[in-house]
Amino acid sequence: MKSTMSVTSRRLASFYQTAVGKKAVMAVTGLILFLWLVLHVLGNLQIFLGRDQINRYSAFLHATPEALWPVRIILIVAIVLHINSAVLLYLQKVKNRPIGYTKKGNRGATVMSRTMMWSGFALLVFIILHLLHMTTGTIHKDFIAGDVFHNLTFAFHQPTVVALYVLAMALLAMHLYHGLYSFTQSLGVSNPRHTSRIKPLAAAFAIVMASLFALVPIAVLAGFVH
Amino acid sequence: MKSFKLILNVWRQKSGNADGKFVRYEVPDVSEHMSFLEMLDVLNEALIGRGEQPVAFDHDCREGICGMCGFMINGDAHGPLPGTTVCQLHMRHFHDGQELWLEPWRARAFPVVRDLMVNRSAFDRVIAAGGFVSVNTGGVPDGNTLPIGKLDADRAMDAAACIGCGACVAMCPNSAAALFTGAKISHLGLLPQGQPERNTRAERMVTQMHAEGFGHCTSTGECEAVCPKHIKLEVIARMNADFLRAKLRSRD
Repeated sequence: MKSTMSVTSRRLASFYQTAVGKKAVMAVTGLILFLWLVLHVLGNLQIFLGRDQINRYSAFLHATPEALWPVRIILIVAIVLHINSAVLLYLQKVKNRPIGYTKKGNRGATVMSRTMMWSGFALLVFIILHLLHMTTGTIHKDFIAGDVFHNLTFAFHQPTVVALYVLAMALLAMHLYHGLYSFTQSLGVSNPRHTSRIKPLAAAFAIVMASLFALVPIAVLAGFVH
Repeated sequence: MKSFKLILNVWRQKSGNADGKFVRYEVPDVSEHMSFLEMLDVLNEALIGRGEQPVAFDHDCREGICGMCGFMINGDAHGPLPGTTVCQLHMRHFHDGQELWLEPWRARAFPVVRDLMVNRSAFDRVIAAGGFVSVNTGGVPDGNTLPIGKLDADRAMDAAACIGCGACVAMCPNSAAALFTGAKISHLGLLPQGQPERNTRAERMVTQMHAEGFGHCTSTGECEAVCPKHIKLEVIARMNADFLRAKLRSRD
């Protein structure tokens, strides 16, 4: 048993040690996080069905910890691995070019692709603030546990809060656009026939996803949610 | 024949251990018909005439097929023209009075030897790790005994066009050698002769690439844009797929 363990850990180490291995981990965990965003936005949009509907949905989630906690654990593991890979790769990258270029051209790399580390970091900060705001209520000015409708509408009547959420969603769109394209590269899906479609598709997913998230704070602020 | 003046800021570095700096030179009569390297030859003649050290740069065939030459011109690997090496870049693409910055490939895996020359033996070690097919010699096989589809043959040839110049590493924000290694893995892995060693090749080359200090691919596409041989980004996806497949199938 002991020897099998060491062989397994040696295998994992030799896989994760390479940049290709880390990128594969980043791709899979990124995809998990994206799929979870789909669930999250479907929950959010229930606010348009009224106070009772969204509060009932929240009560349902909290009443079924056997569904809630496995999802939370998967998410935490995915986020930790995603960030761990990103940070290790970034530190490696800095080390790999000790003397930088005095002049550096750009031959078409998108802003999104060049700022993944920073949009990712900003999103991490947002996620922490968002959890303190809407899950624990620590930084919410009038948090009522269980009354999601109230918590949302109260928060999103403050224009600065709405502006911050919308800004975060713009960053999410940038991160998702490049992430949804590059995960196919990282996992080795290569067919030029598909590649030409993957980028527009990634852009569409990123924009739709971020817009649906941003819709809730904007709609509340504009007075469309009663 | 039109001739014009250029201002060059050239990275001068005596040796790998020495500190480097930019030195400004004026090249007064550049012919539009010169290649970039011929323009540097003219500069070097003038430097030698003044008793100064000429600018060291790598070059060999000067017809864009050997992969020896290459440096950054204003931050672009092999200069502004796509699909070409610096020896095939002609001065007609520049204009009178233009100021250019010439820098060597910058990567930990490519230490500077002198001025614009870097040591690219890291590429050789990546190749030695698995960029080959083992063939036991014997009788010559009959022609066409190994059927190879036209599309596979074409794609293998496209990947085999890589001349190993290092522009992909130089242009990559992460100093990755993914395009180079991907090209070698695709070139061999698309052919029947490359199948027996396909898994170990991917594993060993990727591991060696990491050991040499090359970075990770973030799919920015900068390498593809400057590759003098138009190697496509899809070779990187193939490398990743082969590596993941190898790790899954490995029985070690």
